[in-house]
Amino acid sequence: MRDKNNGITRRQFIKRSVGAAGLFAFLSAPLFSVLTRGKASAEPADTAPTKESIRAWCMVIDLKKCEGCVTIDSPPQCTQACISGHFVPKGQEWIQVYEVDLPGGGTYFMPTPCYQCENAPCVNVCPVAATYHDKDGVVLVDHHRCIGCRMCMGACPYHRRFFNWGTPELPPEAAFAEYSPLYPVPAIKGTVIKCMFCAHFLRDGKLPYCVAGCPMKALYMGDLNEDVANNGVEVVKLSRFLDENNAYRYKEELGTQPRVWYLPGHGQGFGRKPDDPRQFKEPEWSWGGEGYDHRPGPWPWGEASK
Amino acid sequence: MRFGGTEDYRQRLERTVLRPLAQTNRGYYALVLFLLAVVGWGLYAYIIQLRYGLLATGMRDVVIWGLYLVNFVFFIGISHAGTLISAILRVTRAGWRTPVTRMAELITVVAISVGALMPIIDLGRPDRVWHMITFGRFQSPLMWDIVSITSYLTGSLIYLYLPLIPDFALVRDRLTQGTSAFKRKVYTFLAVGWRDKPQQRHRLERAISVMAVIIIPIAVSVHTVVSFVFSMLLRPGWDSTIFGIYFVIGAIFSGIASILIVMVIFRKLYHLEEYITERHFRNLSYLLLTSLLIYLYLTISEYLTVGYKLEVVEAHLLEILLFGKNAPWFWLFVVGGLVIPAFLIIFRRWPTIPRLVTAAVLVNVGMWVKRFVIVIPTLEVPLMPFEFGAYTPTWVEWSITAGAFAGFILIFALFAKILPLISIWEVAEEKEEQEREPPPRTREMVRAK
Repeated sequence: MRDKNNGITRRQFIKRSVGAAGLFAFLSAPLFSVLTRGKASAEPADTAPTKESIRAWCMVIDLKKCEGCVTIDSPPQCTQACISGHFVPKGQEWIQVYEVDLPGGGTYFMPTPCYQCENAPCVNVCPVAATYHDKDGVVLVDHHRCIGCRMCMGACPYHRRFFNWGTPELPPEAAFAEYSPLYPVPAIKGTVIKCMFCAHFLRDGKLPYCVAGCPMKALYMGDLNEDVANNGVEVVKLSRFLDENNAYRYKEELGTQPRVWYLPGHGQGFGRKPDDPRQFKEPEWSWGGEGYDHRPGPWPWGEASK
Repeated sequence: MRFGGTEDYRQRLERTVLRPLAQTNRGYYALVLFLLAVVGWGLYAYIIQLRYGLLATGMRDVVIWGLYLVNFVFFIGISHAGTLISAILRVTRAGWRTPVTRMAELITVVAISVGALMPIIDLGRPDRVWHMITFGRFQSPLMWDIVSITSYLTGSLIYLYLPLIPDFALVRDRLTQGTSAFKRKVYTFLAVGWRDKPQQRHRLERAISVMAVIIIPIAVSVHTVVSFVFSMLLRPGWDSTIFGIYFVIGAIFSGIASILIVMVIFRKLYHLEEYITERHFRNLSYLLLTSLLIYLYLTISEYLTVGYKLEVVEAHLLEILLFGKNAPWFWLFVVGGLVIPAFLIIFRRWPTIPRLVTAAVLVNVGMWVKRFVIVIPTLEVPLMPFEFGAYTPTWVEWSITAGAFAGFILIFALFAKILPLISIWEVAEEKEEQEREPPPRTREMVRAK
């Protein structure tokens, strides 16, 4: 069969080539499925509603109105409403308000929920399909399937996912909640958790906790299919609203296609100057607890703190 | 067997290589006990981690991965030892490789087994690890890892086992009257009826050469997809197209260093000086230098291309990596893991073996640090307008890491008592061939040098 001087026979060559081609096809199969996924979701959601999808939930955040609740001397009310509504484990802020620097030395406040990306990096990398898009385009997590590998946290370019590092400290009433991916309460140890646009409320036609809780009415919940958005007091035509206010999406260049738009300022007095005496407050957890910052015993050399 | 001289050589070879299988001294038991203690300690730490969850580690929401992933990349890295030495050198017919192939293949098998445990230890829900099979989806880079690491482990086990068959048969035939029936049964089973018939030998050699060719692309794919776990994510420092080859070269680099270390240990303990000579160390050091230079080149390419443009996030990363809090580690890798080993290999003032082994140890330490520097600083870079993250491993993580290293040595030590660490039949055969037809072998040896 094999001639030492001439290398391989034709039969061997064919066999090996077919084998190599098969191996290549096998290895590249996931690549193709990823590419096709990207293409399908690259079409604007409002022009191509899928058959089952009746809603395409999105959020518009008017940065002109957000004051980080420094004006009312309290923690951001969106975050606070979210925490008490979902019994969010201490330390996690599913909607978090960042204070961002402006070129002139002042700052503005930027609320950041999960962006529910259409081309979500987290959904792409999940090895067990525990995180997925529901029919309305919201990215949900099935906490009974999640294995806690944290690939999705590594993939999220917005740092919008949180991990239950230990047993979550929850108030007793959290135990009465009926768990579903739409309403992930109570939180489960060893799984990834995040904002899910209050999908349980949306399906009943109610506004999410954060939108309802915002005293400035800076958050709008919208539906790309129906082209409307609503902040609880006014209803706007979404497409025109976005156009007229120069809406942008955070880190749009990454191609994740977030479903959260920001309306930047037009010189209105928002945010604050460096000499502003008002305090930007951290949210509070009414049921207390130490959060995931502490480390429990028994340790070989005493209790370790931070 | 035709020449008297070879007969002596063969007998001596058998005696030297098989002696450790029959006799065990006290030092060995002491070592095993010590390693068992360390593994047990690591196990205790893991039980603590199971009880409290990953809360017991230093990982938190910003720095989401830590030492476990560093160890994972490190162990999978040194597993490339076997593939390189035995498969690539077999395919390229480098004659000098024969006495070191067995050790290299053993490193591969043990390192993959230990390395593959690391991501499972890192899981938040290890009780659901079977979800990877029942709900697995191939779009995830983690799934690619599972597929290629299991193929690599299977392939390496076969590739370790095939050349062992004639040696198992030899052990079976050499077992004395006093040995236990169990031992006899095991070796008889493992030898799968090997009688050294020409047909058996032909088939075995074919199988080995087929496996040698198959294992190379699998090995390359393994470290490529390990790098994909990182480079498929939108993070500074990981968002790189050369990560695949960067990891593969890094793996080969640390793999060769590991073989050098294992070689020097067993050369001393098992008295293999006649078979593992300075020449093996020198030849391996040339390979080590080659991969070092390629790795250096890739490192410079990687950091120069992002450092020249200084995108904001990349600039943050380079700041903490080159000048900030990770700088000691980064420069430890550059100086201790690349520059000093390169000098040790190039300048031959000191005696060969201690010099090269020092280089190998430095390379392995440097490459562990390098994996740390790849995984941690990137995660510390803030993705949103917040401060840099921080990571300090806890005693749980250090204990599990120590347990993993002890486990690696322990499994290796146990195998070293069951398997002949040098491929007796191949070495003997090579010697016979050498004496039968001296001219062509000599030429090849010169070339291999």
